[in-house]
Amino acid sequence: MLRFLTYRLFSTLLVCTGVSIMVFLLIHMVPGDPVDMMLGESARPADRAALRHALGLDQPLWTQFSQYFSGLFQGNLGVSIHSSRPVSELLLERAPATIELALAALLVSVIIALPMGVLAAVRRNTLWDRGAMAFSLLGVSIPNFWLGPMLILVFSLGLGWFPVSGREYSGSLVLPAITLGTAMAAVLSRMVRSSLLEVLGEDFIRTARAKGMPERIVVWKHALLNALLPVITLLGLQLGVLLGGAVITETVFSWPGLGKLTIDAILRRDYPVVQGAILLISITYVVVNMLTDIIYGIVDPRIRLGSTK
Amino acid sequence: MKRPWLPMAVCLLWALLAIAGSWLPLDPNQIHLDSILLAPGTGAILGYDDLGRPILDRLILGARTSFLVAIWVVSLSATIGILIGTISAYIGGWLDLVIVRVIDIFMAFPGILLAIAMAGIMGPGINNVVIALSVVGWVGFARLARAQTLSVRERDHVAAAISMGTRTHRIIFRHLLPLISAPLIVEATFGVAAVIISEAGLSFLGLGVQPPESSWGSMIRDGARYMLVTPHMVLAPGVALMLVVLSVNLLGDWLRDVMDTRIRQTGTDK
Repeated sequence: MLRFLTYRLFSTLLVCTGVSIMVFLLIHMVPGDPVDMMLGESARPADRAALRHALGLDQPLWTQFSQYFSGLFQGNLGVSIHSSRPVSELLLERAPATIELALAALLVSVIIALPMGVLAAVRRNTLWDRGAMAFSLLGVSIPNFWLGPMLILVFSLGLGWFPVSGREYSGSLVLPAITLGTAMAAVLSRMVRSSLLEVLGEDFIRTARAKGMPERIVVWKHALLNALLPVITLLGLQLGVLLGGAVITETVFSWPGLGKLTIDAILRRDYPVVQGAILLISITYVVVNMLTDIIYGIVDPRIRLGSTK
Repeated sequence: MKRPWLPMAVCLLWALLAIAGSWLPLDPNQIHLDSILLAPGTGAILGYDDLGRPILDRLILGARTSFLVAIWVVSLSATIGILIGTISAYIGGWLDLVIVRVIDIFMAFPGILLAIAMAGIMGPGINNVVIALSVVGWVGFARLARAQTLSVRERDHVAAAISMGTRTHRIIFRHLLPLISAPLIVEATFGVAAVIISEAGLSFLGLGVQPPESSWGSMIRDGARYMLVTPHMVLAPGVALMLVVLSVNLLGDWLRDVMDTRIRQTGTDK
């Protein structure tokens, strides 16, 4: 177990370092001069020099990199050009809204996907199954920047049930969470179905049925609990899709989270904020995946033995 | 397995409109000041947008954008990814170790987020969209190609080829790639669907093609602004986008069943 933990921690650290290097290099992908891009062609030379110095762009690449990296360890992500506030402060201020949205979307997707996947697997090849799979296909084919406006059209403008945008009211969370959760529900319900179908074909299920156990308990207790293991890993991986989708969903609903912050920063060419937000979201994703892996390894010994071999 | 005629027809129509669009008598940028926001049926089949431009014409122009971006991104990322993945698995050793780490790092970014950041930083425009989405897209192909190559490289015919002194590139292109092509073709099909959505997403955020060029994503963004006045502007591009993505996904499902990739995968592992 210790070897598995060390291995997993070490590789996560390696990936995090790589991610930071890539985020650092992002600003050097700006065509031409980043300072020109931020201030425009007509800026005064003195202003340019000041910004160049503030961003550290007047120093050699290696010095820039070591400063950036030592800053990371002190939680210093630079200063926003637009608001002159520390990037870390901006990120901390916006993170709760995104966490709230992501958790709500996760809840929505589980509420939809679990019963649907189970129904599809138990009633395999019936109309139920086909309906569930049609929903799943539709769910991955509808982009959230279209589903969002459609939900607003029907439930906000048409029926007036929920606010159009923002985070001020109690019902504000509902539409963004459904928008973000639908695509995940689609993927999840497929996974629940196939995983459950596999488990239902195993010997211990036949034994349980043979000794006269009610089908309800066989499915929901014996089969589903075993089928959920791969689903949990998928949940970890899907978090990346969720965080990426949050950027677009937050823009659609003007939800004041990290995604909205990122897009606003991109449009204002506030590169330190863009870098900080991307870094925070990616590292969160990596760490959550490591935790899922470790939990999985604790629950299922086959995994931890397999990956250290 | 039944052939999915309807999805095939939709995809064909999409490709045809994209390719033939420039020869059709379209006026996507013609402004009709007396027709601003007019609903469908009155003069133009799908009505007019907020600047009085015919929506159908702009839809066809948008089909061209999504088609071009999808073809370019999938070809670029598949070529790069498959090459890297196959070579990495076949040669192995430290090269493979390094490449696996690089793949891990790219996988650590939520895909669309990296594309948004890159497109945002490089500046808007269709070329930068293609670059950003390819940088994100190659990883999936590399991973799949690597795993597939690992499962077939120990086969007898490869050993025979090596023992006869066949050159490495010939082994990769003639003896390995044909064997692993089926799952890669399926991956590429689903890749097309993902790229269509990503391109539209970037354009929705204002990071894709710039006006007066048209993209379904930017049409949805403009339409959402006038949703309260008239919903037809947001409905048309959304339905088009959904139909094409749905059709490509159905086609991918069908290809996967026809090519039997799952059975092939488990068959070679044993």
